[in-house]
Amino acid sequence: MTLLDRAADVIDVPVVDSPPHEQPVGWRHRHLLDVDALSWPDIELIMRTTDAMHEVLGRPIARVPALRGRTVTILFYEASTRTRVSFEVAAKNLSADVVNIAAATSSVTKGESLIDTVRTVEALGAQMLVIRHPVSGAPYLAAETFSGSVINGGDGWHAHPTQALLDLYTLRSRFDGGSLAGRKIVILGDVLHSRVARSNLWTLTAAGADVWLCGPATLLRGFEAWADRGAAAGRQFHVTTSLAEALRDADAVMALRIQRERMAAGLLPSLREYAARYGLTRERLALARPDALVMHPGPMNEGVEIAPDVAAGSQSLIEEQVRNGVAVRMALLYLLAGVRPE
Amino acid sequence: MTGRQIMTADEIRRATTRISHEIVEKQAGTTGLALVGIQRRGVPLARRIAAAIAENEGVDVPVGALDITFYRDDLSLVAQQPVVKGTDLPFDLNGSTIVLVDDVLYTGRTIRAAMDALVDFGRPQAIRLAVLVDRGHRELPIRADHVGKNVPTSREEVVKVQLVEIDGEDGVLIDRALDAAPAAAPVG
Repeated sequence: MTLLDRAADVIDVPVVDSPPHEQPVGWRHRHLLDVDALSWPDIELIMRTTDAMHEVLGRPIARVPALRGRTVTILFYEASTRTRVSFEVAAKNLSADVVNIAAATSSVTKGESLIDTVRTVEALGAQMLVIRHPVSGAPYLAAETFSGSVINGGDGWHAHPTQALLDLYTLRSRFDGGSLAGRKIVILGDVLHSRVARSNLWTLTAAGADVWLCGPATLLRGFEAWADRGAAAGRQFHVTTSLAEALRDADAVMALRIQRERMAAGLLPSLREYAARYGLTRERLALARPDALVMHPGPMNEGVEIAPDVAAGSQSLIEEQVRNGVAVRMALLYLLAGVRPE
Repeated sequence: MTGRQIMTADEIRRATTRISHEIVEKQAGTTGLALVGIQRRGVPLARRIAAAIAENEGVDVPVGALDITFYRDDLSLVAQQPVVKGTDLPFDLNGSTIVLVDDVLYTGRTIRAAMDALVDFGRPQAIRLAVLVDRGHRELPIRADHVGKNVPTSREEVVKVQLVEIDGEDGVLIDRALDAAPAAAPVG
């Protein structure tokens, strides 16, 4: 036996190197506004970098100096706990300086425009801006003004790219071989108002999953036409009002929050009726595969879109989603920080 | 890459074997000893040294992999973020003697970053350094304890270590850089 054979044989270190032709391509995006701008190699790079960030989170001191000297400003025009805190923890784990601005307590209440606020944030020294805004497209406007990197932390009904990426990461970590190809994944509930659903639809179909959108017809409006166009482009997704059809043999179910604050009159008769017909209960979950995974982007209306015992049950990945959220956001901050301002 | 060969496969094998003896001699045994390879080519080198120690001493010394990407001091200078390859230190560092293993010792900045990273994991009793090639031009007060080969170079030259595990063959080449500054070259 040669030394080389023996090295491969007895020394228990995972093989972390891959041949040069399998090395992922470099990162080129200055902003992360939605997942639709990402190629599949980009997404693979994010997933691999997230693995590395997971390892950092497992260290006795979960902090590395990669973004030392950078300032990340978190500008939120909507209420949020987990996304805002997740970005803050992620940035601090990379040793960045973090400035938090809640629009409710800022000069925005005095009538300052979004563009002026972005200019001010930049003048105060921010190199990266995480923005959440109730108007779809607002982060795109911010990106036109801001000379650093803009990350969309959720805009209106449009997009929530970091949530979609952490959901993809969470699912990949649970499926054999890390592949979603052919897996039946149900997105259940208030699809109409959901930026989470729109961004997830993009990444999950790109990963080859068989995606089913399910909910009351009033909350699925417009998605049938989209499904036809998706099928034409080789992406599989289905739209149905039948919960039984959607859940049958599903590999994963993602329940969405009923967004009372965005709900126009007449879309739902009542929350009780919604819960009675579409709430994810233990009995209904039994229609899916026995090991089906349960997810929810949070915050939950327990007893409405998801029953408390399902949310806290053994199939639930909800807490894991939150943990993975920090690692995914660390990966994105790290990758975006390497791109020079124009 | 073309270039002048400065170490053959046999010379690499002899050098790693000699380094393995030196490490054990300096430690007066293998107690408390652990090898940590710096990504990427330090990792297979560390595995080879561990295999040689296993051969000679009959002891499997723990081997880890260290990615120093997040500790580089030139992240603001590179064109795009380096791809992270992962850290795996499956043993307790506290009180141990860690031998860092890398392919080329150059400015010393990689080693500085590696030591910063290591002490985040624990408090080793000692950290030592083993390299296959020392090409000089240090920018920090760092020296290697175990060196495969000292190679005088100019800053314009590129030293390329090739290992079977990554490159398909063993050899060390030296070449004059054709492109100006190799932006993505390792800082080590």
